[in-house]
Amino acid sequence: MTDLLKISGLDVEFPTRRGTVRAARNVNLTVSPGEVVGLVGESGAGKSTIGNAIIDLLEAPGRVSAGSILFEGEELRGLDENQMRRVRGDRIGMIFQDPQTSLNPLMTVGAQLIETIEKTNNIKGAEAEKRAIELLEQVGITEPKARLLAYPHQFSGGMRQRVVIALALAGDPDLIIADEPTTALDVSIQAQILDLIKRLCRERALGVIIVTHDIGVIANIADRVVVMYRGEVVETGEVAQILGAPEHEYTKSLIAAVPRADRKLDRFSSVDYIEGGTKPFKRIDIHTHWLGQSRDVRGTGKAVEIENLNLSFVLQKALLKQNRKMLQAVDNVSFTVNEGETFGLVGESGSGKSTVARLIAGLYRPDSGMIRVIGQDVVSNPKSAAARKARRALQMIFQDPYSSLNARMRVLDIVAEPIRFYGLTENEAETRRIVGDLLDHVGLGASAALRYPHEFSGGQRQRISIARALASRPRILICDEPTSALDVSVQATILNLLKDLQQELGLTMLFISHDLPVVRQMCDRIAVMRHGAICEVSDTEDLFSEPKHEYSRHLLNLMPRMDLLGEARA
Amino acid sequence: MFFFILKRLAQSVLVMAVVSAVSFSLFNFVGDPVNNMVGQDATREQRIEIRQQLGLDDPILTQYARFLGNMVQGDFGLSYRIKRPVDELILERLPATLELVFVSAIIALVVGISLGVYTGIRRKSWISRVILSVSLVGVSLPTFIIGIALIYLFAVHLRWLPSSGRSGTVELGWWKTSFLSVDGWRAIILPSITLSLFQLTLILRLVRAEMLEVMRTDFIKFARARGLAERAINFRHALRNTLVPVITIIGLNIGGLIAFSVITETVFQWPGTGLMFIQAVDFVDVPIMAAYLVFVALLFVLINLVVDILYFVVDPRIRLGD
Repeated sequence: MTDLLKISGLDVEFPTRRGTVRAARNVNLTVSPGEVVGLVGESGAGKSTIGNAIIDLLEAPGRVSAGSILFEGEELRGLDENQMRRVRGDRIGMIFQDPQTSLNPLMTVGAQLIETIEKTNNIKGAEAEKRAIELLEQVGITEPKARLLAYPHQFSGGMRQRVVIALALAGDPDLIIADEPTTALDVSIQAQILDLIKRLCRERALGVIIVTHDIGVIANIADRVVVMYRGEVVETGEVAQILGAPEHEYTKSLIAAVPRADRKLDRFSSVDYIEGGTKPFKRIDIHTHWLGQSRDVRGTGKAVEIENLNLSFVLQKALLKQNRKMLQAVDNVSFTVNEGETFGLVGESGSGKSTVARLIAGLYRPDSGMIRVIGQDVVSNPKSAAARKARRALQMIFQDPYSSLNARMRVLDIVAEPIRFYGLTENEAETRRIVGDLLDHVGLGASAALRYPHEFSGGQRQRISIARALASRPRILICDEPTSALDVSVQATILNLLKDLQQELGLTMLFISHDLPVVRQMCDRIAVMRHGAICEVSDTEDLFSEPKHEYSRHLLNLMPRMDLLGEARA
Repeated sequence: MFFFILKRLAQSVLVMAVVSAVSFSLFNFVGDPVNNMVGQDATREQRIEIRQQLGLDDPILTQYARFLGNMVQGDFGLSYRIKRPVDELILERLPATLELVFVSAIIALVVGISLGVYTGIRRKSWISRVILSVSLVGVSLPTFIIGIALIYLFAVHLRWLPSSGRSGTVELGWWKTSFLSVDGWRAIILPSITLSLFQLTLILRLVRAEMLEVMRTDFIKFARARGLAERAINFRHALRNTLVPVITIIGLNIGGLIAFSVITETVFQWPGTGLMFIQAVDFVDVPIMAAYLVFVALLFVLINLVVDILYFVVDPRIRLGD
């Protein structure tokens, strides 16, 4: 097969005040028609940079400094803006990560499609509209004619990504570059979108470059894989070889870090290749330390009890109560979390799992129902001293490590805040010592105390969040998707940390996630949620071996196919 | 939408109630109105008689209810100084102020938005840098200095335009307009530029900041990746997305134009309501002050109501959303 795209010796640099950052070094890559090439790597590996470099949309001040990009035999490097504009859209289409933000919110889907079609196909008016309808049909949008007049916010996430794909296809391109096309979507939608991309690739003999950090996506869709690490291509090969018998050390440890869904391991295998060089964390002796003082407190054996919990939100206001549109976010939910166990709450977005967590944490008040934390009713009189005391035993770790830390506070003050608020220490000197110990214990080192959150990476920030949660000496941790914003390798280390802490401190964990393999590794029991209601509550192994509920089976079937991954990950 | 506008209307009524209470309290707290109406040599009996005529001996609430009742009918009483109904005086002066504000708003909008878009797109060009530096002057210099400087340059030095007053008006029924004669336009140019300058720079900087923000979004990048022309990206995609915050500020600022017109009208001796207000303050002419207060508040409330409705027009997420 002739190459559709041939990149050779590509260097991309970003000149900055502190010197030139080389985001990609000597990258070689080829794509044939009808082939899906997966470009995989972790954040900062330079994989998106390659995609942007191909269509000359590097963020300023980035530039291609060496190498060549041959597309259908024509050199793209050095084309001027006008020539490049005829390549973009017409011959190379691009799909971005977040369908929420890729579409102009103020224009109808039809207007955006028609404007693109008019530009790329040189047809106007009614003809362009006809073509728009065809495109929407091809990407699987029902009633395409009516949908032309809808605005992006009236579509769900998956539908929006379909519209984005339709826009990318509008000019009948030969190559599609999809930059994390499913990262922002639910598993079930992810599977549909990947199928769609794969089908279009085969039908139209398109070349597809799929940029992703998710090995599951690669396993599902790619024919060949290019692994990038710190701006360099470390390994290229057929998907079965890369996933089953990786050769490079980095690829091996990356594949090993992918949580497996087929059996439970004690710990996640961490990616030593990346963490390599970091010294082992200095840890504190829990038995004698301040932090361990809550460890031996034992209650009723039940950490969180929830009975018939209900909460609805108003979707559309109206003067009369019966005209209001309500969303039953939590629908008669009951479950009990035993002390010392990790209880998983899984479901797709909108299933109400985070809402339940927020109800338990007291961030929302339920319409009806009962929540007991360590035997104490926290609903009927949330401001009473007893309820406050029970809540203190409960801390939350949020999904997004970037927005859950106050950027204007030093790490010291962030972690010390609960200690100071509850007056858990004798004096300021002790507070500072304990904050240092906590930071040591979560693997950041006490020296982090004087720095600000923006100086840390996502994984490190999540460690700060964990230290903050520990600072009130909780007995229950609610983790709301604690690692879904992180790379696999970082995810493995964070989840290991949580496991260690749980064992050392005898913590109870409520672990909320949409990622079934992760849940399998972390949890003792699991509740499956859908549309605000609980489908089933089972022991983890039972759920994975013989799910009782129809929907649980459905979710398990959607898990990315990982059978290609061989012994490398054991 | 109906629900929303109903809520806004209720809020507007509340605002007007508070403002009317404040303006009513002017009568009682800003000097003794009787002193202002009679001469120094008036006898005690004369003063008592006037007090009774004006109803100043009634309980406060009765007076307030009467004030409200009259106000709703557009009756603000007699000016202490000119001894004519205040509503008549305001109606006489209103066209001058409204025309001035209208012209300055147009200048501020057209020039502000176009320069804002230009500096937002050509971020690094030297023209943008010059525009931004000059715009700092517009923000930092007080209106009266700009006015005086313009008068000195164009009226005294170059003698192109009149220095003050509102000449060349044409009567259309009760409305005197400057728009129908060359003299009228010549007279309105300097005051309206003076008045618009501050708002213009504010809009310019706001549009520029919003443009920079929007240009970084994914949908602009996606539009580029589809190969759309720069023009389409800048105007069809980017500019419209900057409008919601811009409309908010413009709404507040048109109110601001009316308020600032007090200074501009004084500098240019423009016979509008602002000038009337300043003269009323000099003479403690409380009915005019009170009426002016209510009138400005009413304009603010109306403009903001229009702004809220404009959100619906501009942003489908508000129109069709929750």
